[in-house]
Amino acid sequence: MSRVKRQIAPYLLVLPGSVWLLIFFAVPMIAMLSLSLQEGDIVHGYRFTGHWQNYTEAISSYQTQIFRSLLYGAITTIVLIVLAFPVAYWIAFSGGRRKSTYLFLVLLPFFVSFVLRTISWRQILTDEGPLLHPLREAGLISASFHILGTPFAVIAGLAYNFLPFMVLPIYVALERIDPRVVEAARDLYANPAVTFRRVIFPLALPGVFAGVLMTFVPASSDFVNSEVLGSSETTMIGQVIQAQFLDNSDYPTASALSFVLMLVLLIGVFSYARILGTEDVMKVAAR
Amino acid sequence: MSASHIPDPSLLRGLTQRRFGRRDAFRLSGLAGMGAALAACGVQGQGTQAPVNVEPDAVAKFWDGKVKNGKLDFANWPLYMDPKRPELKKFTAATGIKVNYQEVIQEMGPWFAKVQPQLSAGQSIGYDLMVITNSFQFTQFRDSGFLAPLDHSKLPNFAKNAGAAYKKEAFDPGNAYSIPWTSGMTGIAYDIQKTGRVIDSLEDLWDPKFKGKVGMFSDIQELGNFGLLAVGVDPAKSTEEDWEKAAAHLKKQKTSGVLRNYYDQSYVEALGSGEVWLTQAWSGDIYQKNISDGTDFRFVTPKEGGTIWTDNMTIPITAKNPVDAAMMMDFFYEVGNAATLAEYISYVCPVPQAQPQIRKDAAKLTGDDKSAMLDLADSKLVFPTAAEYAKLHYYVSFEAQSEQQQFQKTFEPIVLG
Amino acid sequence: MTTTLQRPQQVDAEDAARIKPRRRLTGGGMLHAYTWLIIGWLVVPIAVMIAFGFNDTPGRYNQSWEGFTFKWYGRLFEYPDLTSALLTSILIAIIASLVSGALGTGIGYALGRYRFAGSGSLNLVMFATMSSPELIMGASLLSLFVSAGTGLGPVTITIAHIMFSISFVAVVVRARVITLDRSIEEAAADLGANPWTTFWKVTFPIILPAVFSGVLLAFALSIDDFIVTAFTAGTTKTFPIWIWGATRVGIPPQVNVMGTLIFAIGVLGALIANIRSRQTKRAG
Repeated sequence: MSRVKRQIAPYLLVLPGSVWLLIFFAVPMIAMLSLSLQEGDIVHGYRFTGHWQNYTEAISSYQTQIFRSLLYGAITTIVLIVLAFPVAYWIAFSGGRRKSTYLFLVLLPFFVSFVLRTISWRQILTDEGPLLHPLREAGLISASFHILGTPFAVIAGLAYNFLPFMVLPIYVALERIDPRVVEAARDLYANPAVTFRRVIFPLALPGVFAGVLMTFVPASSDFVNSEVLGSSETTMIGQVIQAQFLDNSDYPTASALSFVLMLVLLIGVFSYARILGTEDVMKVAAR
Repeated sequence: MSASHIPDPSLLRGLTQRRFGRRDAFRLSGLAGMGAALAACGVQGQGTQAPVNVEPDAVAKFWDGKVKNGKLDFANWPLYMDPKRPELKKFTAATGIKVNYQEVIQEMGPWFAKVQPQLSAGQSIGYDLMVITNSFQFTQFRDSGFLAPLDHSKLPNFAKNAGAAYKKEAFDPGNAYSIPWTSGMTGIAYDIQKTGRVIDSLEDLWDPKFKGKVGMFSDIQELGNFGLLAVGVDPAKSTEEDWEKAAAHLKKQKTSGVLRNYYDQSYVEALGSGEVWLTQAWSGDIYQKNISDGTDFRFVTPKEGGTIWTDNMTIPITAKNPVDAAMMMDFFYEVGNAATLAEYISYVCPVPQAQPQIRKDAAKLTGDDKSAMLDLADSKLVFPTAAEYAKLHYYVSFEAQSEQQQFQKTFEPIVLG
Repeated sequence: MTTTLQRPQQVDAEDAARIKPRRRLTGGGMLHAYTWLIIGWLVVPIAVMIAFGFNDTPGRYNQSWEGFTFKWYGRLFEYPDLTSALLTSILIAIIASLVSGALGTGIGYALGRYRFAGSGSLNLVMFATMSSPELIMGASLLSLFVSAGTGLGPVTITIAHIMFSISFVAVVVRARVITLDRSIEEAAADLGANPWTTFWKVTFPIILPAVFSGVLLAFALSIDDFIVTAFTAGTTKTFPIWIWGATRVGIPPQVNVMGTLIFAIGVLGALIANIRSRQTKRAG
């Protein structure tokens, strides 16, 4: 009797949570898939007709935005690898006893709402704001120079908001490196540059991969940064999807676009995983 | 699934079919397979292809049994009332109704999209009174059965004091569902300190001298109208080719770098922060900005023409306090209240008698205040003359949803970049 | 000879610290400064947010510095709809964190403690919910609610928040449960306790700090969430949604004050949790 109880115990424990995830994660995907194949209008209702042209129309209408989003996401990710690696490296190797304090400082922005953080940046970067006004008064920049509304502002915003997501995984990977391995490399006459290139960086790669996963995907699908810091020229696919759902009530187009985005991101992530080796994907997933 | 406390929309529009049968059966049988699951999903629409007529007993059906509750949730656009809310205080003192006034409407498209799921499910949207523009979203609201038919026996002041033009609106014959809050014009607002000269033409919005300092509305209907007027086409008579021409001209504004960005209500802040020097704008906003922030912005209707629209008070079908809403609606048609409202918001006043009233109010003031108010009473922006009206155009109206979708497809890519 | 060969094995923390300074002189100093630069960059908007909560601005437009004042801290609840949005956020966060805490603990404990069929797929699903872009999660939930005709509001927001928090709680709890010392549970069983009693009287108190961390994490995720909430809220306003709507008309200083207070409470909470865990570690 008790053996049966022990056998069903895990199933009972996961049941409520799994059901919740099933109803509110899996089923919505089906609902969205269905919507993406419907036609009609919001006043008279949408009906399922298998109208796959929604996908082709969506891709042809918004390919610029799709491509731009992937581009911004990729640039942000690369920028973040460059920016975050040294920070993670320093904290892991030279942080000493205050490692957790430094990590805490890196996580500090997350104690402020995402929207509020981005809006604060807009306040700082505005045309006559605390940054540009003095520069303009000093004659260092022209009258029409502006930061807001440019791709630079959007990517800077994305990088800012996702930096901790890149620092943390790289830090974790670096932290796990046995210092004796580094010692061994030095004993074998490797200078710091070679040690880094052939010992440290490869060992940090799983962390970099995890970081890429946690930044590229959300950065490409973001709409807040472009909406607050950008202009119509920086429109990202996230804004289009949001607008189609929440401004135009055009659910079929919006759903089709969402699936297109998901597909593109999945392809991107898995081809990246292939390059690094599939075991890393599973390792990351298991963690 | 349809809540029993709201009248069946099919009765309101005299139509028959409800699309529940298949979905109900599916729900009972359980998940019978992906195909069935996919096909059974759908977004219930309430509308119909037939023209909307209000059934004679629809009014009685809605208002039957409704009483005054003593509270009111009022959704409006920003800058449509003095921030100190004197009219609301007066209303509460007179009727005992507490008003929760929220400036939550910024653009018509998002507002409709936001409340559609709730109204479609028979759910309250949290508001009993909302002010919506006579854009195609108004038609969507009405055709979806989301607006309560008005009981004009509750609106005596409207019958007495409203201007004749406002009782004959094409988008809502007989004021079946709405009465105007205010009318307004879309023109150009600018900062003369920055532009260095008076602005009076649509061409100024394309002028390379203002590179990177021009703003336009992101709303397709506003943008489209200005595009059409800029290429010399009357929006009311425009064809699809005209739309293409206008779209191309608007694209040039963007590609030449003259345009800074497309804005919704936030254009006021952009003008204030110096992000733009001249922008497509709504007539009353600028006067309030000048009053509250001490700025000196100007507003002008371009010589090629501007747009005129009406923002209307309506009652959502799921409103909890419709009687209080109706009392509020009628309150603003009392001459004194219409006058004080117009005095602050500086938009087109639908009550002609307010003009002499404002002059009377001005006589009680002195100095600058007096001359400012006299200017307001004479302002063509608040009491347009026939000549002004001749310059103004309505939004493009559509016969069918397909036409409207085509219009959207033509102009949307411009705003999207 | 022997000494050189033995050295690698004897390297410990002290030796490493002794050896490292040589590297620190060349790269370490710059890296140190660079790290502080990055941290400075991260802190800038927080500082601006806090600072403008003290701005003596006349109107609603909190754009340029006018002078220092504490008055906004006293007039915090001047905008009733902002206050109610904040309260809505807090209420939803409390409910969502408690429910997802319960559901997530169940999953986390099961995954950490047992081996069972379907644990692999469950892991995958949890990974999917954590790495899915919020946009897609929000959009799919809206699709569900719209197709089912249920309407939108605080209930749908809470449902959504619970959904994306479950996995985070589960991960935190599982990490703790994996390192659980089974011998304690076995001892309880030896003393005649049935599995139910063992769990509640022995295991649960031990994993409680992890559960609590999970609940706190869920609370933080919920109160700050914007994207998923925007899709499932309808006309309901939560704190981030109110801010978003207000950007068009001007954000009053009260928002900065509330943001500052939330920030301060969050930081304080994290510090307290940190000190507590250090104490527990020291105690044994």
